[in-house]
Amino acid sequence: MMVIPCPHCGPRTEIEFVFGRALEAAHAHDDPAAMMRRANPAGWTAEVWRHIHGCGAWIVVERNTATHAVKGTRLPEVPAP
Amino acid sequence: MRLAQPKQIMIMFFMPRPGPRGYSFATLARQAATGHAGWRPAWRTPALREAYDFVIVGGGGHGLATAYYLARHHGARSVAVLEKGWIGGGNTGRNTTIVRSNYKLEINQRFYDYSLGLWETLTRELNFNVMFSPRGVLFLAHSDSDMNALAERGDAMRLRGIDAELLSLGDVRRFAPILDCSPQARFPIHGGLLQRRAGTARHDAVAWGYARAADALGVDIIQNCAVTGFDIAGGRTIAVRTTQGRVAAGRIGVVVAGASSTVMAMAGLRLPIETHLLQAFVSEPVKPMVHSVLLSGAVHCYLSQTDKGEIVLGGDLDFYPSVSQRGGLHRIEQVAAQAIAMVPALGRLRMQRAWAGAMDMTMDGAPIIGATPIEGLYLNGGWCYGGFKATPASGYTFAHTLATGAPHPLNAPYSLDRFARGATIDEAGAGPTPHLH
Repeated sequence: MMVIPCPHCGPRTEIEFVFGRALEAAHAHDDPAAMMRRANPAGWTAEVWRHIHGCGAWIVVERNTATHAVKGTRLPEVPAP
Repeated sequence: MRLAQPKQIMIMFFMPRPGPRGYSFATLARQAATGHAGWRPAWRTPALREAYDFVIVGGGGHGLATAYYLARHHGARSVAVLEKGWIGGGNTGRNTTIVRSNYKLEINQRFYDYSLGLWETLTRELNFNVMFSPRGVLFLAHSDSDMNALAERGDAMRLRGIDAELLSLGDVRRFAPILDCSPQARFPIHGGLLQRRAGTARHDAVAWGYARAADALGVDIIQNCAVTGFDIAGGRTIAVRTTQGRVAAGRIGVVVAGASSTVMAMAGLRLPIETHLLQAFVSEPVKPMVHSVLLSGAVHCYLSQTDKGEIVLGGDLDFYPSVSQRGGLHRIEQVAAQAIAMVPALGRLRMQRAWAGAMDMTMDGAPIIGATPIEGLYLNGGWCYGGFKATPASGYTFAHTLATGAPHPLNAPYSLDRFARGATIDEAGAGPTPHLH
C-alpha cells in the first residue's frame, strides 16, 4: 500500500487517490503523437493523480514503478490563462 | 461435454502427427514399471552460439510458440529463444488461464477464434497435454442494457461463425446453479452470453509443450540470458547483446510481455504502451463446484475452478503503472467481495496465494504484432488482459511475420504504426487511456 503525501491533506493511503495519467501525457496537447507514446519507465516517473476521497485536487506524484516508493508530491503548474 | 465420434477417433489414431513423439500411455506404463528412472529432460540446455537466423527475445508461451512455428512451418533451423529467467516464469505463469474468442470487432474475432481453433488440437500437435478444457465461458448481464450489449456481441460473433448463445435468467440458473440468481442479489443477474467452445488450459504446460516441441525441431532455448542492448547499423539491427555474450541475428523478435517498453527503449523506441498491475489469486482446493468460467463485465470479476479444485479469481487492474508484480490488498478484497456477490458459496473459502502480472496496456486495448521502424527488429506485445488465450495464434502469426518479413492477414491490423495512422482497434471504446481498456 503506497502512502502518498497530499500537498493539502498530508500523508494518505493510495485508496484515497485515483491515477490520472503520466505527466508527459498530460502535457501532450500540442503534439498528438506524444499522446499515444509513453516513456513507461521501470523506475522513477512523474504522474498526475487526483485526491478524490480528500481535497479533490489534482497533484503531481513522483513515484517508482518498480518499488512503489513515493519520492514526493506537488501541485501542478497551471499556465496563466 | 462433446464426445469424439468413432470416425474422429479413427482419424486421430491414423493421422500422421507433427511435433515430437515419446509421450504416450505405453511410455508412461514402461516408466512406471521401471521406477520412473528413465525420464529425460524435455529440452536441451545448449550454449549460446555466435549467430542465428532468428533470435526470439522472451521465453514465455508467445516466444516459445513463435520459435516452434518458425521451425515447424517455415523450415527455420537456426533459431534461439533468449529468456532472462526461466521459461514460462513471467506472465505465462501469472494469468487466470481463460481461453475464449467472444469479441465484437471483426479483427479481434478472426484472430482470437483462429487461436481457439489452434487450442483445440494443440495437445495432439505438441504431444504434450496442455489440458485445454472447453468448459464454456459465461459472460453475465446485470441490467437490460447489459443484455442488449451481450445480444449485440453474440450476433456479431455468430455472423463470423463463432458460437454464442444468449441465455435468459432461467437458462443461466440451469447452466450455473451455483450463481446467486435471486432478485435480492447484490448485482442481480438478468441473463448472459455463453461461448461453449471457450474454457481454460494449463498455463505451464503451454510453455513446456511448445519448448519441448521447438527443441525437438532444433531451436536453442537459452535460459538465464538477459538482453542488455541491440547493435544497430544503418537503421538495421545486426546483433543482440546479452549477459551471455553478443549474438548476431538475421531477424529479432521481441516478445517480452510487461518489459516491452524497457527492451525496446534499448533500441531507442518509445511505445504506445503503459505497464499496469493485474492481480489474481486462488483459494484452497475444494470439491467441484464451478464447472465453467463465470465472468461479469459490469462488476469485472472472473472465476473458474482448476482441476486441482482451487477457485481462481481475477478482476481489475490496480489502475496505476507498475512493473513490480506486487499489488494492493484492497484490490483483492474488492474482487473477493464481487465474487462472493456472484457466488455466495465462496464466502467461507480461505485464499491460498495471490500474485500480480505486469500487463502491457496499449492505447487501444489491442495487441501489437509486427515490424518496427528499425529494420530486422519486430515486436509482439501489448497484450493487455488477453495474452494467454492468444498464445497459439500470436506465435503462429509472429512466426509468419518474422519468416516472410510481412504480416499474416490475421495480424496485419495489429501493426505498430496503426496509432500514427489513426487505425486503432478499440474494442472497449476507451480511447488512449490504457488502464481503461
